[in-house]
Amino acid sequence: MTTATTTNGAPHATSSSAKKSIRLRIKRCDGPGKPEQWQSFDVPLEPGLNIIACLQKIAANPVTVNGERTTPVVWDSGCLEEVCGACTMVVNGKVRQSCSFVIDESMAGQEITIEPMTKYPVVRDLSVDRSRLFRALERVKAWVPIDGTHHLGSGPLESPDDQATRYVLSTCMSCGCCLEACPQYQREDDPAKWDQSFVGAHALSQARLFNLHKTGAALKDQRLDALSDAGGVNDCGNAQNCVKVCPKEIPLTESIAAMGRAVTVHNIKKFFMGR
Amino acid sequence: MSTMSGSNTTPRVIVVGGGLAGLAGTVRICESGLPVDLFSVVPVKRSHSVCAQGGINACNEVARQQGYSEYEHFDETVYGGDFLQHQPPVYEMTHWAPRVIDLLDRMGVPFNRTSEGQRDLRLFGGSLYKRTHFAGATTGQQLMYALDEQVRRYEAEGRVTKYEHWEFLRPIVDDQGVCKGVVAQDLRTMQIRAFRADAVVMATGGCGLVFGKSTNSVMCNGAAAARCYVHGAKYGNGEFIQVHPTAIPGADKLRLMSESARGEGGRVWVPAIKGGDGGWGPHPDAARDPRQIPESERYYFLEERYPKYGNIVPRDIATREIFNICMDGMGVMGGNMVYLDLTHLGREYLERKLLGIIEIYRKFVGEDPAEVPMRIFPGVHYSMGGLWTTYSAKDDLRGMVAGAPDSMTTNIPGLYAFGEVNYQYHGANRLGANALLSCIFDGLFCGLGVVNYVRDSAERRAADLPQSVFDGALKAEEALVQKLTAAQGSENPYLIGRELGDEMTAASTVVKSGPRLEKALARLDELRARYAKISLSDTGMWTNQNLSYARALGDMLALADVVLRGGLERKESRGAHYRTDYTERDDANFLKTTVAEHDASTGKSRITFEDVETGLVKPRARTYGKTESGAAGAKKPVGATA
Repeated sequence: MTTATTTNGAPHATSSSAKKSIRLRIKRCDGPGKPEQWQSFDVPLEPGLNIIACLQKIAANPVTVNGERTTPVVWDSGCLEEVCGACTMVVNGKVRQSCSFVIDESMAGQEITIEPMTKYPVVRDLSVDRSRLFRALERVKAWVPIDGTHHLGSGPLESPDDQATRYVLSTCMSCGCCLEACPQYQREDDPAKWDQSFVGAHALSQARLFNLHKTGAALKDQRLDALSDAGGVNDCGNAQNCVKVCPKEIPLTESIAAMGRAVTVHNIKKFFMGR
Repeated sequence: MSTMSGSNTTPRVIVVGGGLAGLAGTVRICESGLPVDLFSVVPVKRSHSVCAQGGINACNEVARQQGYSEYEHFDETVYGGDFLQHQPPVYEMTHWAPRVIDLLDRMGVPFNRTSEGQRDLRLFGGSLYKRTHFAGATTGQQLMYALDEQVRRYEAEGRVTKYEHWEFLRPIVDDQGVCKGVVAQDLRTMQIRAFRADAVVMATGGCGLVFGKSTNSVMCNGAAAARCYVHGAKYGNGEFIQVHPTAIPGADKLRLMSESARGEGGRVWVPAIKGGDGGWGPHPDAARDPRQIPESERYYFLEERYPKYGNIVPRDIATREIFNICMDGMGVMGGNMVYLDLTHLGREYLERKLLGIIEIYRKFVGEDPAEVPMRIFPGVHYSMGGLWTTYSAKDDLRGMVAGAPDSMTTNIPGLYAFGEVNYQYHGANRLGANALLSCIFDGLFCGLGVVNYVRDSAERRAADLPQSVFDGALKAEEALVQKLTAAQGSENPYLIGRELGDEMTAASTVVKSGPRLEKALARLDELRARYAKISLSDTGMWTNQNLSYARALGDMLALADVVLRGGLERKESRGAHYRTDYTERDDANFLKTTVAEHDASTGKSRITFEDVETGLVKPRARTYGKTESGAAGAKKPVGATA
C-alpha cells in the first residue's frame, strides 16, 4: 500500500514527506444487468499524471480508500494522445477523452468523478459498446467509391481551402462525445432499431465530408436519401451541444446545417423529377 | 491426409490487426474475391497507425525534376538502414511509393495542397529532397481512416467480417507444418474459439510496451508476434529498436513530437557556453527561461556537427546526439531534455502544417510551442525487427516478383507478416515517413501473394481438415487461461511488467554493452521465475483485462529475450544498435540478419545469423557528412548552420 489514504479533504501543505494525492471516484458495474456502485481510489501525485496513468496505478494495486481490495477497473484506451478516441468517458460530468485530462499539483486533494458514457450499453465499468456509432458510418456510406486499388493515376486536384475544410471534418475519431452530449440521441441497445434511430452529428458531418469529395459525391444522393429517412437530419433538435464537446473542434453544427439544406434541395428535386 | 480435388467451401483469409498494414491487406484480398475475417483487439479505426504524424515518402514530380528518383529513395532507405536490409523488397517498395500516394489520394485522403491544388511536400529525416506527403500532422490517422472506410465498404457488402475486441492467441499449424487458422479470444465474453483459414496475415505492429513507456499505443505489446515466435515462427533483427529523438515524457506514455517539426524548420538546441578552446560546455545558469537565452549561448549541436543534414539527420543519429549531450551535462536544467524550437516559424505556419502535434504539446504540457521551445527527449518508438519473412526477388534483384505466393511469408507456410511486425524494409534504422509506406505497400503488394497462395493450395482447404487439428490448439489456450486464473502466487504481473520495461529501457535502447546486456538477461531469468508465481486480482470470466495483460506479459518476456540476446550476439554497432564495447560497424561478420528461434525446453532464444541480399547498393560508410567537431565530441568550433 501507499500513503494514498492520507488525503481526505483539503490538501496538506505541511511536510514534504506527506505525499499529495488525487482521489478518483469511479462508477463501476460488473457487466450488463449487474448493479452499479461507486468506488473511490487515491493516487499519489506525480509529474505528467493523467487519468489513464491513475487507472494504470489502480490496476496494479486495486485497493479502495476504505482499504477494500477489489478488481482492477476496466476501461478502454489506445493512443493516449487524443487521436484514437478509445478512452472517452464522462469526467466530472463532462464527456471527453480521459487521456488528455492532465492532473497537476494544483489539484492535490481534489476528487475526480469518472463514469462510463450513458448512450451506450456498459460492457464493464468504464468500457461501453459503441458498435452503433460505427454502424452509422455504414448508413451514410462514409467512403469514396474508388474503382479498386490498381494504379489509375492520382485523385482530383483540390484547392488548399477545400482541403482545409475537408481535413478538419476528417479528423473525426468516432469517439462519441457529440452523441453523449446530444439530447436527441437516445440510448438504443437493439441493433435492429439502429437504422431508424438518430444517426448523430458525427455521421452527418461524415456525410458532408464525402459529399464534398469529387469522387465521393457519386454517392451523394444515396447519402441524402439515408439522411431524409427516420433518424436522419430532421431528428436534430438544434441544441448545439455537439459542437461544444467535440475534442477536435469539428464544426458539427455547420455540417448539420449543410446537410439540412442539402436534404431539402434533394427532396424538392426528387419531388419535381417524380422519383 | 486428404489430397482430394478440393473443397466446395470458399477459402477464407484471416487478417490479424487492423492498422494500415492489416487494412490495406484486407482491401487487396477482398478485392481479389476472397472473404476476410479481420481480427483486432480494438475497433480497427482506433489502431496504433493513427498515431503516425509526419507523413509518407514517395518520389514526386517536383523532387524528380531536382534530380531525385525512386532509385534515390531506395538508396536513402538502405543508407538510412545502415545496409542491413534485403535490397529487392526495398527497391520494390520505393518504386511503388508514388502509386501508393495516388491510391490514397483517390481514396480521399486530405493531403495538404499547394496553391495550384497539387499535393504539398515537406522535408524529412535522411533526405535532402522534399519527398514527404502529409495531411497536417496527423497523416497516419488520415491514411488509416481512408483504408478503414474502404474496409467498411466491403463490410457492408458482407465480404469482410470484423472480429473487434478479439485477441489473437496463437496460429494453428497442421501436421504438415502449414498454418490453417488461429485461436482467438473475445475480450468481452472471454469466449475462446478456433477459426479456420487458408492463410493468416499477421499485421499486429510493434512491441513498445516491452520497454514500459514508449510512443506506442497501449495494445502494442508485441504479444501476437511473440505467440507466432513461440509456436515456431522465426524472428528477425529483434535488437533493432528505434528510439525516436523527440518525445514528451509522461506518466503513462511518451508522446511523440513528429520529425516533421524539424522537417518544417524546427531547431534542436541546448543552453551552453563556448569555452576558450571553442568547445561547448554546460552553462552555469541552468534555470533560465529559454526565451531569454541569447543566440550566442545556444548550442545547435545537430546543425554544427552535421552541416549537410542539420536537424534532419536520421533518427538513430539524432537520438544518440541528444542522449550524449545530456550525458555531457548540457541537457536543459542539467536533466534529460533538450529544446526543440519552433518559435521562429510563426503561429500561422505552425497551425497550417503542424497543428496536430502543436495541440498535443499544448494539451499535455500546457505550453504553446509557438511561444516557448518544447522540451523533449528520446523515446522508444518503432521496431525495425519483427517476424522473419521471405520473398521472391526478380532475377536482376530490382524488385520482387509480383503476386509471388511467398511474398512476406514467415517460415510457416500460410502465415504472413505485414507492416511493422514484418522485419523487412528498414534494416538497422527506419527513415521517418517510411513506415506508413511499408505498411500499406505490404498490404497491397503482398496481399496479392496471399490470394495466389490460397488459390494454389486448393487441394487442401482448412475447411476439410479434421476438427482435431483445431481442438488441440483451442484446448491448450483454454488450459493456459485456467492456469492463470487458478494461480495463487504472490507476484503482481503489473509490477513485473514495469520492472521489465525499466530494465529493457536501461539496458537495450540508445546505448548498449555486452556486460549490461548480460546483466539484463540475468534479470530476465529472475523476472521469468517471478512470472511463474503470479496471481491475478481478477479471476472472473467477463471482460477480464487483468487476465489479458498477465497472459501477454509472458509473451513480452519471451520477446525481451529475443531483443537482448540478439543485441548481445551482434558484436558491432549499426544503425539503432550501438554498443560501447564494439563501436564500429563490422560488415565482415555482421552484415547479416539476426534470426531468433524459440527453444521450448529453456524458454529462451537461439540466435543465428543469415546473409542479406545487398547486390544493388554496395555498403559504404554512413556518416551523413559529420564534421570533425562532431566526431571528437564537443571540441572544435564550427560556425556552420544548415
